[in-house]
Amino acid sequence: MELKLIVWRQKGPDEPGWFENYIARNVSQDQSFLEMLDQVNEDLIRKGRIPIAFDHDCREGICGTCSAVVNGVPHGGFERTTVCQLHMRKFKDGDAIYIEPWRARAFPILRDLVVDRGALDKLIQAGGYISCHTGGVPDGNSIPVSKADSDKAMDAAQCIGCGACVAACPNGSAMLFVGAKVSHLAALPQGQVEAPERVVAMIQAMRDCGFGNCSNHYECQAVCPKDIDVKFISKLNREFLTALILAKAGPFKATAG
Amino acid sequence: MILDGKAPTGPIETSWIRHRSDLKLVIPANRRKYRILVVGTGLAGASSAATLGEMGYNVEAFCLQDTPRRAHSIAAQGGINAAKNYLNDGDSVFRLFHDTIKGGDFRAREADAWRMAEVSQYIIDQCVAQGVPFARDYGGYLDTRSFGGAQVSRTFYARGQTGQQLLLGAYSALSRQIRAGTVRMFPRTEMLDLVVIGGRARGITVRDLVTGEIRSHVGDAVILATGGYVNVFHLSTNAMACSVTAAWKAYKKGAWFANPCYTQIHPTCIPQSGEHQSKLTLMSESLRNDGRCWVPKRKSDVGKPPGEIPEEDRDYYLERKYPSYGNLAPRDIASRAAKEQCDDGRGVGPTGRGVYLEFKESIERLGESVIRERYGNLFEMYERITDEDGYKVPMRIYPAPHYAMGGLWVDYNLMSNLPGLFVLGEANFSVHGANRLGASALMQGLADGYFIIPYTIADYLARIRPGGVSTSDTECVKSVEDVKAALKRLLSIKGDRSVNYFRKELGALLWQHCGMERSRESLTEALARIPGIRDEFREKLRIPGTAAEFNQQLENAVRAEDFIEFAELLCTDALHRNESCGGHFRVEHQYEDGEAKRDDPNYCYSAAWEYKGPGAPPELHKEPLRFENVHLMVRSYK
Repeated sequence: MELKLIVWRQKGPDEPGWFENYIARNVSQDQSFLEMLDQVNEDLIRKGRIPIAFDHDCREGICGTCSAVVNGVPHGGFERTTVCQLHMRKFKDGDAIYIEPWRARAFPILRDLVVDRGALDKLIQAGGYISCHTGGVPDGNSIPVSKADSDKAMDAAQCIGCGACVAACPNGSAMLFVGAKVSHLAALPQGQVEAPERVVAMIQAMRDCGFGNCSNHYECQAVCPKDIDVKFISKLNREFLTALILAKAGPFKATAG
Repeated sequence: MILDGKAPTGPIETSWIRHRSDLKLVIPANRRKYRILVVGTGLAGASSAATLGEMGYNVEAFCLQDTPRRAHSIAAQGGINAAKNYLNDGDSVFRLFHDTIKGGDFRAREADAWRMAEVSQYIIDQCVAQGVPFARDYGGYLDTRSFGGAQVSRTFYARGQTGQQLLLGAYSALSRQIRAGTVRMFPRTEMLDLVVIGGRARGITVRDLVTGEIRSHVGDAVILATGGYVNVFHLSTNAMACSVTAAWKAYKKGAWFANPCYTQIHPTCIPQSGEHQSKLTLMSESLRNDGRCWVPKRKSDVGKPPGEIPEEDRDYYLERKYPSYGNLAPRDIASRAAKEQCDDGRGVGPTGRGVYLEFKESIERLGESVIRERYGNLFEMYERITDEDGYKVPMRIYPAPHYAMGGLWVDYNLMSNLPGLFVLGEANFSVHGANRLGASALMQGLADGYFIIPYTIADYLARIRPGGVSTSDTECVKSVEDVKAALKRLLSIKGDRSVNYFRKELGALLWQHCGMERSRESLTEALARIPGIRDEFREKLRIPGTAAEFNQQLENAVRAEDFIEFAELLCTDALHRNESCGGHFRVEHQYEDGEAKRDDPNYCYSAAWEYKGPGAPPELHKEPLRFENVHLMVRSYK
């Protein structure tokens, strides 16, 4: 196959970016999208030009590092597929493909297709955990968890933190990401102790990091490579409201941290 | 030189408890005076950084990914072992220990393997408390499955994403400490040198992968938890950035490298489809709980669709050869068995390098929904890559490089021969011997990070005075200059070949000559050809761009150069070990039925190599291995 690539190039966060055209030749349909980019880069290096920078690591769809917007859709628009698992058999000879970085206020571009997703770490650091020390915990079977609850927790926990939900959202919202984490921990008995503080702190952090709010476009779920359900956003809202009501009743102070 | 691993003597059942009581402590008020540098934030790195942070030490943690949640531990699928005996099927600490020692073909230290088995129980509890959503049965209790090399069901799992969930648990504990200010996190930062002052590890020199800045960080101890090196084979199941670089830089600064020739070839990977391929993908070993491996009995049937080959014309070779373990034979054995079938001309798929892994019978017995629930995401991953539906046609699998059992030499306290340098997880050599059993890497990473290093590092720290060095120290300044010079040298080559060209060339050579099989001839040839690749690399490499910017080609070039140098040590170790054991299979040493033949009188030791300067041959140190609790025997899974 031969493809025309229109790729976003940008040297740094404060530099202007532009689209550049490339031809990808001899593309095999068994190649992954990133292997196709590797091949284009090899060609650029041979010609003494600067290769396209893009983020990738495990190339198995689980580490969440890869992050290109392909033809306007994060990860390329195939259901439950990261861009590293997107294969060239999904394209036709002669196709033109637009490749861009995640675009969101909270994700500054570092170079070409690489963005800084450190804001997602800040959200977790705000309270996306259970406060347990190492050692001194009870036996794993001492707190039975119903299969339904553990399945629900797992459904939410499989988020890979790639940030596609943010990139797809017209508001640049991280509510699917935060909703998944809040729902994962709130589904388990261990996570319920500090659930109200957690949700308030994470929502505050979301605001501080420059993420927008959900206005029900559902684009996040459509592009999510792990099929995280928007119902977790409803769960997030419910947890948040409950926390605020509890706060009014006074058992704890609803501040960040 | 004969090495002492400092393993406790006496009854093994109480060895760790007794040792722990002998270790010195640092009182809580004094802990904040010490600074610990943790390099790598996978299971071992994140769990140790989080635990040491919450104990009150000052921790600086570094990873080359953009966030600690992306370490390659995340890709582990099948599960984590623990001797809980929840299922009443006869498991115990002793059995897990026994399976580990036997699985590793009697090339691991007994006391270390015992300790891992012992703390395995607490790991599950710890992870449950952190909110890791392990699979549960309908009564709400933890569920388990089986893995290779074991006759009990001791593997705890979170669907096919166990590594991910355990890493997210450790990452959340780490995030909590970052928030609390006890851990400072440096993502997109790669260690390019170890700083040794007064014979002790006191710092690291790093490159900021975004700005290109080179700087040193100093502390009272350095922990390396930087994973394994099997990307030396180019195509492996490791993530693209997995490298030997941090360990290799430490080796060149005096840390000894142990058993580099022990590399694990995993039997259950998706076969390579072509030259364009950048990596291989693993299908979890847990699939062999319900999947059966087979090839056609007749060569003439190889091209036929699998559905047209009747039962009697199929060779379920693992069940035939290893009836008591069947499809759950250990990885080294299952890998060689698959290769044997393919070498015999009965391999399936377009390249002939593949065997079937079929679920038809399990689907008939249990229903597709059960199989979907157990392994759904693995089937989906298989479909993405091969465009085939594993529920309808058998999967095709082939062995691929997967895990490094070798690594930097450490004593029982996980400290290398360089005082102050601790090595955890896959980066060290300690517990797996010559072959790692499935679901044990996660266990080791977390055992080291949560439950061993907090005790042993305190013993070291309690014996030294905190602080006393700064980044303006001569050794730090020199280290920064050395790193800058090395990068400048790479950038100034201005040849016409990409980094990837050399990675592929080296990888192909190693896979062919030091892969699933090695021989005196193949290793001698590899050793003769590696210097040529190195020289060509130093003459013909081309790296576009500069060092003072985000430059992925430069990052890869450093890793590639280290792989080329390391490959020589790997082959040297493989050549000197004139026996077969676990993942190290020397064709000269096999029984008539093709099983590996160990040479205990001459090779029952761990080999630790000391760097003697550029061009000089490394010096071999031996740590004799004693087996007092599991007796040396021929390893049989029949």
